Amino acid sequence: MQAKGSRAPSLRALPFLFIVAALLGLLPLLHSHGLQPNPMLASEPPHHYPAVISGSEPGDFTAAPHDVSQEIRPLPNRTSPGHVKYRKAFPVLGIDYTHVRIPFEISLWILLACLMKLGFHVIPSVSNIVPESCLLIVVGLLVGGLIKGVGESPPILKSDIFFLFLLPPIILDAGYFLPLRQFTENLGTILIFAVVGTLWNAFFLGGLMYAVCQISGTGLSHIGLLANLLFGSIISAVDPVAVLAVFEEIHINELLHILVFGESLLNDAVTVVLYHLFEEFANFEQVTVTDIILGFLSFFVVSLGGVFVGVIYGVIAAFTSRFTSHIRVIEPLFVFLYSYMAYLSAELFHLSGIMALIASGVVMRPYVEANISHKSHTTIKYFLKMWSSVSETLIFIFLGVSTVAGQHYWNWTFIISTLIFCLIARVLGVLGLTWFINKFRIVKLTPKDQFIIAYGGLRGAIAFSLGYLLDYEHFGMRDMFLTAIITVIFFTVFVQGMTIRPLVDLLAVKKKQETKRSINEEIHTQFLDHLLTGIEDICGHYGHHHWKDKLNRFNKKYVKKCLIAGERSKEPQLIAFYHKMEMKQAIELVESGGLGKIPSAISTVSMQNINPKALPVKRILPALSKNKEEEIRKILRNNLQKTRQRLRSYNRHTLVADPYEEAWNQMLLRRQKARQLEQKINNYLTVPAHKLDSPTMSRARIGSDPLAYEPKSDSGNLPIITIDPASPQSPESVDLVNEELKGTSCLPPSPEEDEEGLVMHVMEPSSPGTDNVFTPGASDSPSNQRMMRCLSDPGPQPEPEEGEPFIPKGK
Amino acid sequence: MGSSHSMPEEIQELADKTGFTLEQIEHLHRRFKQISGDQPTLRKESFDRIPDLEFNPIRSKIVRAFFDKRNLRQAPDGLADEINFEDFLTIMSYFRPIEMNMDEEQLDHFRKEKLKFLFHMYDSDNDGKITLQEYRKVVEELLSRNPHLEKESARSIADGAMMEAASICVGQMVGPLWVV
Repeated sequence: MQAKGSRAPSLRALPFLFIVAALLGLLPLLHSHGLQPNPMLASEPPHHYPAVISGSEPGDFTAAPHDVSQEIRPLPNRTSPGHVKYRKAFPVLGIDYTHVRIPFEISLWILLACLMKLGFHVIPSVSNIVPESCLLIVVGLLVGGLIKGVGESPPILKSDIFFLFLLPPIILDAGYFLPLRQFTENLGTILIFAVVGTLWNAFFLGGLMYAVCQISGTGLSHIGLLANLLFGSIISAVDPVAVLAVFEEIHINELLHILVFGESLLNDAVTVVLYHLFEEFANFEQVTVTDIILGFLSFFVVSLGGVFVGVIYGVIAAFTSRFTSHIRVIEPLFVFLYSYMAYLSAELFHLSGIMALIASGVVMRPYVEANISHKSHTTIKYFLKMWSSVSETLIFIFLGVSTVAGQHYWNWTFIISTLIFCLIARVLGVLGLTWFINKFRIVKLTPKDQFIIAYGGLRGAIAFSLGYLLDYEHFGMRDMFLTAIITVIFFTVFVQGMTIRPLVDLLAVKKKQETKRSINEEIHTQFLDHLLTGIEDICGHYGHHHWKDKLNRFNKKYVKKCLIAGERSKEPQLIAFYHKMEMKQAIELVESGGLGKIPSAISTVSMQNINPKALPVKRILPALSKNKEEEIRKILRNNLQKTRQRLRSYNRHTLVADPYEEAWNQMLLRRQKARQLEQKINNYLTVPAHKLDSPTMSRARIGSDPLAYEPKSDSGNLPIITIDPASPQSPESVDLVNEELKGTSCLPPSPEEDEEGLVMHVMEPSSPGTDNVFTPGASDSPSNQRMMRCLSDPGPQPEPEEGEPFIPKGK
Repeated sequence: MGSSHSMPEEIQELADKTGFTLEQIEHLHRRFKQISGDQPTLRKESFDRIPDLEFNPIRSKIVRAFFDKRNLRQAPDGLADEINFEDFLTIMSYFRPIEMNMDEEQLDHFRKEKLKFLFHMYDSDNDGKITLQEYRKVVEELLSRNPHLEKESARSIADGAMMEAASICVGQMVGPLWVV
């Protein structure tokens, strides 16, 4: 069954992929054969171009290629008006490809990227085994091969495009949605991995490669120490794009995710410094101590400077967002632009752009979110995710294409030894650093964690772009470097990327919780989570409390006042929303001829209607139907707080559901159904509504249904539940439908009624010691519940003395 | 540290009694000092010094658990007004992880102690039973951070949970509920 299902989409997808690929192949064909400047244009009467002619220079041939008209402008000059040399028919249809070439090609590439992504989701069987990044690289290889086969030179991933256009969206997305709590708690560890780890990798690798190069017979002895060190620094950096792409598919727990990902982000500063350092040094004959000290200093300048720039832009963005209440539409644009400016400004000064971007995202987020409208928030979320997705796809495709396009120089010794030493360096680095770090961590990193961290050190496009930036003049062996870099990237992405998932399963690393639990288990687990979190907080689990407290106080006192507009916060919005609902509900009730006390009905009705999902208690028998259990579980899952204890995985591509919208839609649905039900009820009623039902009557009705079960008493110490029969509703609750149902049976309602949707059951204990929970029949039908809901008096509830005794015998 | 608790024999006594290592006791002592503001005892108000705890929905229950005499093994019920470091350690010892070198009986006892601690947290009126009302309170507190859900839903969920518990427990050996 699976095969058939998956074959159909793959059959559909394949030809469609080929068409797209072919289209791309044709593109450069169109370009290179070059369209002749349209002769028809030349024949156009000169008076159509008066302004153009006067403004242009004859012989302006070297203007931008899409200015075809420039070439032929001199011609009309020589012809006098009306004295046309030859006449052709008026151009009904013409082609002017060069005019739109650049945007057209860009759009086509992006379209290809998106279609690929789509294709992989349509054919799920492949993407379960192979991570998306691998597939994309393969596609890139195919497309590159296709283009080369056609005879054109495929485009290479230019470093400018990569660093200025493709990388920032991904980093901004990561920085804006960075799980700040985990990040700051593990900041020390992350920094050590990023800084010390990368330095170790670079020097170890560089040194070893130099040693390898010195071995005679390999033909590599011309590569100096500095060149090797430079190579080492390029290739030693863990790549955030690759890490994100692979890790989010394996649903690893948040701690590991943030460790590896945080490391990949922060090591940018180190990479930038080392890269520029060695690039400069390669030109010097001698490297003095001063140079080394300056290099060391520049590390601090680069990283702290980057953060500083980011913080400044973040604060400015937050401040700007304070005043945007009148033009909500451009709020998201501010966020994007300020962050991008932060990145560019940092790059301007050779500071670490990535750190600037992250810093600005992190700083501006809490304030901006307090200021902007709800819709802007959603827009920002959607746009960031969209851009980062597309960027990532494009990067991987281009990696594939560049592999085919680039000039390679394969040297077995160099490349194989690079690969081996990379892995060794990574493993040794992680092991050594973890040993050191565990002395200071309260939550130690287990060997399993260490393995995942080491194995997750993927290299990616950043290494490639940095390598590409090297110039031939100083680095003649650039091609070999590039080949080696690409080999390492391929190896890490393909081999490590593909095998990490089975390895994670094999090692049984703690993953996202997927198992279904009973309601009680959910409650208890959540309770425990909160308890443990609380105890952690009390016993100073992660330390650093002093500084955190100080920062928080500073934040509350000064910063928030400046950057958040007025008393704007989420709460008033929520309450205003509810009030609107209440008014509408009240009007509805009156219009539909609803019975009962309306003023008091408003609050209960509104509040209850807003509930996203509610728990129905429908059966007499102490067993909930499967559907209801599901619903309850969902409520508990969604609404119970997410605590640190829960090892939830972090997935960039999923958007959290919007609770307000959901509630609104639910409410609308309910209103419709309520209206329908009201109609039905009005038809059935034979007695005029009287709201009071004597408790005795109802109790008598119920009395025949004993709900008490005597559980087998077992060996002590274990809690046992006894359930006593309950007597039902409060005197104030309505029983229109009670009357109706008295005539009928007291059995639980038919399953069809379940489809009415989820209904809430109001518990109004009427007398002490009673409860509505186990009331059969009357409280079951949704209509009754709705009526009860509408009309019950939310008065003070008497405290039951002894509820349902949950008697643990023998405790 | 430099407090009166730094006598080695006292620490050793504490270590034996509660099962913590010396390093852990030192760490906890530091924390105790920080929370109590260098006083020798902790009061309920001292826990206000911990800002992270504010976001915890069951904060009041947790703080209360520290002063619950049953947990402190002092009396069958009632609340203490203040606790000293030894009491603090006693409470903390409930959260020690299970060690490999325990035998069956110790393990069993250990587990029971933990369960009892949890049970005491649910049972707020100290009567040795968890009533539906108390259970409801627990669920309400758990959901208290969410502005959407009204008390009614919390109650419904608690009632549903009770029903489920009843369905599991009826006519069976009970245990699954409390084994997490």
